[in-house]
Amino acid sequence: MTAISLKNLDIFYGEAHITHDVNLEIADGESFALVGESGSGKSTVLKAIAGLAPEWTGEINVFGKPRSHGIDRAFSRQCQMVFQDPYGSLHPRKTVDATLGEALTIHGIGDRSARIEEVMSSVGLDRKFRFRFPHQLSGGQRQRVAIARALMLKPKVLLLDEPTSALDVSVQAEILNLLKRLRQEQNLTFLMVTHNLPVVSFLCDRLAVMRQGRIVEVADVADLKRGDLKDPYSRELMHISAAHAN
Amino acid sequence: MNPLLEIENLRVTFPTPRGDLEVVRGLSFTLGRERLGIVGESGSGKSMTGRSILKLVRAPGRMTADKLTFDGIDLLTRSERQMRPIRGARISMVMQDPKFSLNPVMTIGEQIAEALLTHQRLPRREVNNRVLTMLESVRIADPERVAKLYPHEVSGGMGQRVMIAMMLIPEPDLLIADEPTSALDVSVQAQVLDIIDELVKRKGMGLIFISHDLNLVSSYCDRILVMNTGEVVEECKAGELMNAKHPYTRGLIASIPRLDETRTELPVLDRSAWAKK
Repeated sequence: MTAISLKNLDIFYGEAHITHDVNLEIADGESFALVGESGSGKSTVLKAIAGLAPEWTGEINVFGKPRSHGIDRAFSRQCQMVFQDPYGSLHPRKTVDATLGEALTIHGIGDRSARIEEVMSSVGLDRKFRFRFPHQLSGGQRQRVAIARALMLKPKVLLLDEPTSALDVSVQAEILNLLKRLRQEQNLTFLMVTHNLPVVSFLCDRLAVMRQGRIVEVADVADLKRGDLKDPYSRELMHISAAHAN
Repeated sequence: MNPLLEIENLRVTFPTPRGDLEVVRGLSFTLGRERLGIVGESGSGKSMTGRSILKLVRAPGRMTADKLTFDGIDLLTRSERQMRPIRGARISMVMQDPKFSLNPVMTIGEQIAEALLTHQRLPRREVNNRVLTMLESVRIADPERVAKLYPHEVSGGMGQRVMIAMMLIPEPDLLIADEPTSALDVSVQAQVLDIIDELVKRKGMGLIFISHDLNLVSSYCDRILVMNTGEVVEECKAGELMNAKHPYTRGLIASIPRLDETRTELPVLDRSAWAKK
């Protein structure tokens, strides 16, 4: 079954034409990466799916249902987004409890306390953090809160926008392990945006390389591991990553 | 030849309600005209070390050292006023994020010129020429156009190159680069570091490259200090980083995913192993 399908997706910010003719099929349970440099439109694709970039033409289907251009509650239950910077994406004056509980209130879901505790333990946050504010947490703990928030409605798809690029390498490892475990336990589908190819190699099954708003190549992660990408631009990205690793 | 920079027993402390917190604890090193990398996680004291060299630790933080000399000058006894001819002109610092470090209401050309004019008097035509040459040397293709732009009109990578141009135009002897590329993409990162590297080599400057990225540091430096909770836990040549002995350094190296990753789980640092002595 297809979790996310994008057909001829063109996204605009006012006059600016950001992506051109993006076509993607992401299977249920798959972990898919969009890679490319700043300005390539990769984050914009995520935003359009999440409903944060409403000006688009083409088709966005999630589990076979077309996505509307506006806010869509049924959609929110299936698909949630985790943002890049845990220092910017959590409300500074809301406790962890308030942040996590908000989604339940909006969707009229009861059993609040038990569900918050369940999600907190699944992302590895101790109960003592429940009534703390973001400034009392470290970067890694904040990103765990951000992931927990996305999981509150038990979605099937997570959109991950550079989930570890604001973190130290040692903390990055913890968050990557957590995402991998959550995906197995809850049978999630990931669509991740990143410019870090080793992270793709660790966490994803397939990847698409974007440049100037277009997808230039879709490949298996096995191809990436073997250094077997075809498009000249993807090869360039790969060589830069490889050069730093040595 | 005398070392460019000598530091002995550097300490930086911040008062907290629970008593003083030492963020740099007795750091010592000497630096010649070479490229030194300082690596560590957030909170390891690496940025504070960089700022201490310029005496830029803000109150209520306090900086003390047994020795802090730069090119034979004792920085410890210098007043704020006496530090000014050193900051920028002889030791300069590239900050992390061009978005917050450039003045949003001055054009790029004016800002770079200001860095030069603060330290010397020059005729306007000469200033203009120097600014344009400097922009060219950080590989900005169209310097005349870019000099007239404001910071919000350029990309992150270009902003960081402008910062580097600004820091290098007074021709300092020592450049401190504090996470100069962590706000940038991988592809732009390499370009910016290559520019720094080339300029440092050509002018025979000293470089202190502060970063949390072990791979970057090992490919752009000669020598590496690994810091953890304010102390140097390991010092080694860049090429020998992979043979590092300290469990902290080894843990950091192991936690980085590789391009040909086969591990199903990444090893995570066990902080209890060395945190308490």
